[in-house]
Amino acid sequence: MGDKLLMKGNDALSEGAVRAGCRFFAGYPITPQNEVPEYMSWRMPQAGGAFIQAESEVAAINMLYGACATGKRTMTSSSSPGISLKQEGISYCAGADLPIFFANVARGGPGLGNIAGAQGDYFQSVRGGGHGDYRTFVMAPGSVQEMGNFPLHCYEVAEKYRVPAMVLADGVLGQMMEPLEFTFPEVDPQKLREPDWALGASTGRKKRAVRSYALAEGKLEIMTLDRAQRYKQIEEREVMFETRQCDDADLVLVAYGTSARACAAAQKLARAEGLKVGLFRPITLWPFPKKALLELAGRVDSFLVVEMSLGQMIDDVKLAVECSVPVHLHARCAGAIPTGEDIFQQLQAVLKAGKGECICCK
Amino acid sequence: MLQVNRRPESLCDVKMHYCPGCGHGIAHRLVAESMDELGVRERTIGVAPVGCAVFADDYFNCDMIQGPHGRGPAIATGLKRCKPDCIVFSYQGDGDLASIGMAETIHSAGRGENITVIFINNAIYGMTGGQMAPTTLVGQKATTCPQGRDPLVNGYPMRICELLSQLDGTRYLERVSIHSAAHVIKAKRAVKKAFRCQIEGRGFSLVEILSTCPTNMGISPLDAVKFVSDQMVPQYPLGVFKDFEGGKSDVSRD
Repeated sequence: MGDKLLMKGNDALSEGAVRAGCRFFAGYPITPQNEVPEYMSWRMPQAGGAFIQAESEVAAINMLYGACATGKRTMTSSSSPGISLKQEGISYCAGADLPIFFANVARGGPGLGNIAGAQGDYFQSVRGGGHGDYRTFVMAPGSVQEMGNFPLHCYEVAEKYRVPAMVLADGVLGQMMEPLEFTFPEVDPQKLREPDWALGASTGRKKRAVRSYALAEGKLEIMTLDRAQRYKQIEEREVMFETRQCDDADLVLVAYGTSARACAAAQKLARAEGLKVGLFRPITLWPFPKKALLELAGRVDSFLVVEMSLGQMIDDVKLAVECSVPVHLHARCAGAIPTGEDIFQQLQAVLKAGKGECICCK
Repeated sequence: MLQVNRRPESLCDVKMHYCPGCGHGIAHRLVAESMDELGVRERTIGVAPVGCAVFADDYFNCDMIQGPHGRGPAIATGLKRCKPDCIVFSYQGDGDLASIGMAETIHSAGRGENITVIFINNAIYGMTGGQMAPTTLVGQKATTCPQGRDPLVNGYPMRICELLSQLDGTRYLERVSIHSAAHVIKAKRAVKKAFRCQIEGRGFSLVEILSTCPTNMGISPLDAVKFVSDQMVPQYPLGVFKDFEGGKSDVSRD
């Protein structure tokens, strides 16, 4: 804590997880997240943990399933196609209430796509991704500083509510270097309380079982509804977002991660012209900051959502503001990155159009 | 009154769901007796598969985990690396281990993970209702090869012990059968030795147990036993394929 460091996003993410107490990592090479398993391959044994280069992403997530069941803080990482492969295992972890932590340093898709940063995995991240009725706690860092400091928060939320947690970054955040400071004291995993569900030596207690199935009639519904209670608590308590100059804004830009950085540049251009433009940056993508956006909708003329996808988060923004004001989209997809100038051009057009009707309702 | 036998402590006192004539009950007992005799029940974690033995997490009286189809050795790897003092076994059928989980099987063996795999080969899918397994014999009927397995269409059955014996990471590999009392006793020795291999920290051990599935073979329990001895054993020769104690490979047609 305290030292100013210069790190690559992927390295910061890895070091942040180790400092947060992670002592098991399994992963498989895929660009643009290769620095994570490379870093963990020496850092994990140095910290007294285990590192495995798995034979596949499928094996890696299942190694985590076993490792996490022992109560340890665990991590896997990948990029878009690899995260698709992990979805079966993530679903099992959700069904078995295991608090795994994983990161998606996303790239352009679908398919093999490309290796540039992209935000096309939003739906996959916030709508479940794997099969079944479950949720994942999703944090979207916007800087190397956040790449390094979000893993701890993911562990804490995951363990408190017993849900999988993830960092949704992208190739830009993974590959760029920035100064950062770890803002928390290093966690000593020996001092963490062993959960009462952890597998291991059973001397002096009853056997424990970790499983995601329940075949007796009605039992799975009871388990799922219990989980739904926890999801509700997360939605009430764990929402995170950042606002910049939204108080007097006529137009608010809504963006996360790398596209929020482009928006900050556009906002600067706009403010220099005297245009009242705010920036709303969701930090948790699930739970989504619905309430804050709805409140904002009562005060602004319109929103402009900026995404590095065909437009996915815009659905959540529209649901949040209940079509009370127009919600516009500026989208670059498949690894393309919006520039501050492009966004500035469009926000001027949107401001000119004024409040008007909701675009999807008219 | 002299009690000559009892339920092993490593088996829970619950009713099992297995069909009459199924080999899982015997195999469970062999694993449980081995855990009892080696005194490791309280530090053992078992991995239950997807398939008929999915409920093994209710049957074994030790910590248990049930995971995705075929991923047992990967789950066991995570458990063992985090709890090196625990004894970790993965219990799997032929579809689980030799079809969907082949990659996890081969790579955990290749890494020489210090885990024990109990592989039940009954040449058919059980839970899903008699589909062709990777170990289904040529000519054997299954619901997805109703005319019998045709190598030109369905390929050939796979011999797992022979395949794994090529890997340097394996320390103990033996194929046994449970088609007679004498073979059950031999199978017990193999299962216990596989656990001992892990306890002594020697590396990957796997015991393949040829077993019966009268329900999905569509024959009586007695005929299923005969099928194992007359049809399966010639295809899957019994014997030791890898021995950490340097024992000579004694693969024989039994």
